[in-house]
Order: sequence, then structure tokens, then C-alpha cells
Amino acid sequence: MGPRNRLLLWLLVGGPIAVFSLWAAFDNTRLYFVTLLNGLTLASLYFIVASGFTLVFGLMRNVNLAHGSLYLLGGYVGYVVAGITGWWVVALAVGFLAAALGGLLMQVLILRHMQGQELRQTMVTIGLSIVIADILLWIFTGQVHQLEAPEWLQGPIRGIPLINAYSAYRLSLLGFGIAIGIGLWWLLNRTRVGMMIRAGVDDRGMLAASGINVNRVFAITFALGAGLAGFGGVIGAVELSMVPGEDTRLLLVSLIVVIVGGMGSVPGAAIGAVILGLAETYGLAYAPTYSVVFTFVILILVLAFRPRGIMGGKG
Amino acid sequence: MSAAQWRRAMSTGLAGAAPRVPVGRTAAPSPAPAADPFAHSDAPRWLKHLWRTLAPRHVFTALLVLIFPFVATPFFTFQVASQSLVLGLIALSLTFLAGYGGMVSLAQMTVAGIAGYTMAVLGTSSSPEISLGWPWWVAVPAAVLLATVCSALIGWLSVRTEGIYTIMITLAIGVAFYYIVLQNYSVFNGFQGLRELKPPTVFGVQWRDPLPFYFLCLFWAGAGYFLVRYVVRAPFGIALQGIRDNPRRMEALGYGVVAHRVAAYALSGLLAAVAGILLAWYNALMTPGSVGTGWLINILVIAVLGGMKHPIGAFLGALVFVLLQTFAIDVIDRERFNLVIGTVFLAIVLFSPDGLLGLWAKLRSRLSPTQAMTSPQRRQP
Repeated sequence: MGPRNRLLLWLLVGGPIAVFSLWAAFDNTRLYFVTLLNGLTLASLYFIVASGFTLVFGLMRNVNLAHGSLYLLGGYVGYVVAGITGWWVVALAVGFLAAALGGLLMQVLILRHMQGQELRQTMVTIGLSIVIADILLWIFTGQVHQLEAPEWLQGPIRGIPLINAYSAYRLSLLGFGIAIGIGLWWLLNRTRVGMMIRAGVDDRGMLAASGINVNRVFAITFALGAGLAGFGGVIGAVELSMVPGEDTRLLLVSLIVVIVGGMGSVPGAAIGAVILGLAETYGLAYAPTYSVVFTFVILILVLAFRPRGIMGGKG
Repeated sequence: MSAAQWRRAMSTGLAGAAPRVPVGRTAAPSPAPAADPFAHSDAPRWLKHLWRTLAPRHVFTALLVLIFPFVATPFFTFQVASQSLVLGLIALSLTFLAGYGGMVSLAQMTVAGIAGYTMAVLGTSSSPEISLGWPWWVAVPAAVLLATVCSALIGWLSVRTEGIYTIMITLAIGVAFYYIVLQNYSVFNGFQGLRELKPPTVFGVQWRDPLPFYFLCLFWAGAGYFLVRYVVRAPFGIALQGIRDNPRRMEALGYGVVAHRVAAYALSGLLAAVAGILLAWYNALMTPGSVGTGWLINILVIAVLGGMKHPIGAFLGALVFVLLQTFAIDVIDRERFNLVIGTVFLAIVLFSPDGLLGLWAKLRSRLSPTQAMTSPQRRQP
């Protein structure tokens, strides 16, 4: 793509958004900025869930379609634990661990034995997602479960310029997202395991040939990716509440974030999550019946112009 | 070798050695030439062809599906047989795409849903403020056409990337379509959906009565089946299988890989669209639930259950699926159908990736070791 084409694309995409932003910011300043914040906090949740998905995909070429089920599993486990202990932070940790354990079992017991058969692995995860979703429905029924935010995060924060007050919990999501992002960056770029994962993404065979136990790297990555889904589940259990069907929604979110951002790239997942989060909240605020259409249009535009996603390389 | 020559060579000499030889076909012992009464007569070609390829089991199956509705109860004819045929036709579109084109699309139910919704919007339904009320002979072809075009577009979007990406992209498109019809009330009537979709009364026949509806489904399922059987042996189908096995080589030979793939999507879309119309008539309604994730995946389950190595697998899988849906829930809890189907699907994927047809082939080869069941074929990824 030449520089002129790129400029044209920026104008074509950025122009309408800039015009809309100007109009909306002057028309109803508070609504515009609250929506912006809503979008960014939602994007944090999306990023946490989707980064696990993209991590697993990047290393193992494994499309884990049970990712949404792991999200829901983490959420329900967190709900139970919070009910017993009364500590939200403990629920967060246990939700992470439960989903990580689930992912580890999936990888070690089943997926390891069909290495390289991508389609078969994907189908196994589909089967697992059906089974897990139905077992969760069996145990927790179809009722809406909602986790309460911990006391120190309840209530609004007042005195913010332009928007007056905003939910403390939602704002904390932003912090969680950024923390997870920095943590992942640190893990991938500054630790030995991260080095192995990055090497594995580039060339799995070479990594194995240089004496690394690839199976262990795979197991760690899968557990981490699944754990992030569970972590997101506990966070989302407060924000979005848990019902059967949320697994599909978060799976769709992960898919779109990863397709838009670039498959296997953690920064791509961040970009994709921000785009999707903003599109969804602005859509809901300004054109409720068509909000999903925006998501859809973004998906199609990216696929049409950058089939491998915004941050996607040659794959 | 030019593309045309290659095509000719593929369709004549090499067709038999094509990577995928249908399972049933290899097993059929070819009749001895001496027993062929048409060998030297000047009977029409189609009669000769029929004599050579027809085996007793074909005749048996044909008789079975024709006589079945007259002996079975209306419940079986409508709920079990018709539903199996319709779902089988949708699964067939996936079998064609995945088995012969190597592209596993999860959006086949979406294409069927687009056809159903388009027919509901253009034709008549219980929501007169939405439905335009066009006559069926305009609405139905328009719906099929639109769904086919949409399928080609979905194909064009997803074939730009390869392999495992296809399943992600098609799933994303399918689920996004579900949320669109769920949220939009002005065209799709949201959660309520569009109701009272009745097949028209043509030639004085009530087409939704069990018997006529069964034969309607049988006709279109049969048409789809034989179309796929024909296409996979035609030059286009052979080229498609070549692309499945080695896209780069086919590209080097001068084939338009993207064009072939998009055309495959369009053809599979046509099958799914016809089935989508039938499904809308069967349910008499279109709701977001009918294009939800559950059904997107169920189509894959059906196709994998039956086996993707032969078109008949789709219908076999659909029959098993519908029987499970109808009767397995009597044995265990009614609510736990998903657990049953999920477990069955997992078992099939884990232990017999070629589905029930694969099991059948294994069984036969074990019982009669002299007949080689396996042809030298690539392992389907």
C-alpha cells in the first residue's frame, strides 16, 4: 500500500469519526465523555479476555473455541468463592486458577495428542464448549448471577471534570486492563518463559530443536491464556453479570478483537479491544438498534483491507 | 501442460486417482463385463451408466425413502424424516465446502437463515408492517438468490486468509448476524422474529402437510445430493479438490484459487439457501434462535457426525442427530440434550474423525480384509 493510499484510507476512516466526535462532543459533552470512558473500560475487559485467546492462538495455532466457556467457568467459580469467603480478591485469584486448571487439563489430556491437526483441535474445543456450557447451565441454572463489587470499589467517584461522577468499579477496570497489559508485556519480553513463547510463535520446530521442552511451554501458555479468560470472567461477573449465553458473547468478542487486531499479537489485541469497545458503546449510546452493525462493519472493513488484522504480519 | 490440457487429464485419467475416492464407491464391486446386458446393445448412454453404477443398496435406499412415508406415522414423516432431510441438506452444503474444498465454514446456518428471513420479509408473515407481501414465486427465488450472493461474499471475505482462520471468521460473521437479528426490530422484528411462514398452496396441495412436505424435502435433498455428486466429478470439483490439497501448485498451474473457492462458497450457499427456505416452512417461523450459535455449531456437528468423506454422510448425521434430539431426551433429562450431543460429538472427533461413515468403513474392512477400503488419500487436516 503506497503512502497516498494509506493517507486516503486514514481520511476515509478517520474523517467520519472525527466529524462525529466533534458533533457529539459539542452536542452533549457529558454523554460523549461518559461513553468514551464506558468504551475504554469495556475495552479493558475485552482485552483481558482476548489477550488469553490470542496468546494461545499465536503459539499453538489453536483456535480455542471453548474460551468463552472458560470465561463463564471463571465467573461462576468466582461467584461461589466470593459467596463463601466474602473476599472479592480471593474470588479473582480462584477464578483465574480454576480456568487455568481447566485449560491445562484440556491441553494435557486431549489437545497434546493431536498436535498439528488444527481443525481437529478446534472441533474438540467446540465439543468441550458445548459440554461445559451445558454442565454450567445444569449447576447454576439459567438465572442471572451477579457478583457484588468489593466495598472499596462501590459507589461513584465524584468531582471528575466534564462528567462529574463515574463508577469506581468501572474505572478500576481500566487499571486492571492496563496492569494486565503491562504484566503480559513484561512476561513476554523480560522473562525466560516469555522468550520461549516468543520463539515458539516464530518457529516452533526450531524451539524444540534447541532443547526446550515445547510441551511444557505449550501447557504454561494454555494455562495462562485460559486463566486470563477466568480472570476476565470474575471481573465481568460484576460488570456484565453471568447468564448462559455470555460465553458466546465473549467468544465473539475474542474472535473479533483478534481478527481486527491481528492474530497472535498482544498489542493487536489491545488495539482491537479498544476499537470494539468504543464501537459497541457509542453504537449503544447513539444508535441502539444498530450497534452490532457497527461491529460487523468494522470486522468486514478490516477483513477486506487487512485480512490478517491491523497488527498482523505475514503470519 | 496448459490449464485446459491439465483439466482434461484430471477429468479423464486421473479422476479415479483423485485424492478423495468416495467411501462407498471403492467398496462396490464393479459388475463383471459378461453380466452387462447393455455392453453391445445400442441402449441410451444413461441406461448403461445406470446399470453399471447401480448397486442393490441404492435400489434399497430409494425404495425405503419412497415407501417410508406411507407406512410411518405423520409424526415420523414430518418431525423426524423431513427435519433430517432439511438439516441434512444444510450439512451437505458444509460437507461440500469442507470435505471437497477444505474450508470449514460455520456460517452455513447463517446463509440458510438469510434465505429464511429474506423470504419472511419479502413474502407474508404475521407482521404485516414488516413483510412486503410479495407472492411466493417472487419472494422465494429472490431469497435464494440473495442468500447465495451473501454466501459468496462471506466466502470472499474468508478465503483471503487460509486454513484455520476460516473457521474463526465465519463463526464471527455468523454470531454477528445472530446479534443483528436479535437487536434489530425494524427489519427482523428482534427477539420475536417473524411468524406464520407457510408454504404456499400450489396445485391444490397443502405443502405443509406431512406427506407433501416430506416429498418436497426429499426432492430438494435429492437434488442437492446429486448436484454435489455431479459437481465433485466435474472439472470444477476436481480442481477444487486439487486446491484443497495443494493451493500453491494449483495456482502455479494457472487456476484461479480465489475464484474457485468463492464459487464453491456460492454453490454451497445455494444448497443452504434452499434448505433455509424449507427450514423456515418447517418451523413456520424465523427467530434469532434459529441462527444462533447453537445451530451454527449443530450443523458442523451433523456434518462431522456423519462423516465428510461422502455426501451421504450429511444426511446420515442429520438422521442420527434428529433421532437423538427426539428420543435420547426421553431416556435422560429433557434439558440435557446439549450434553448428549456434545459428548457424542467429542467422542466422534476423538475416536473416529471420519464420522459414522468412517466407523462403517473400518467395520467393513475388518470383516472382509480382502477388500481394501482405504485409498491412498491425504489425511484431511
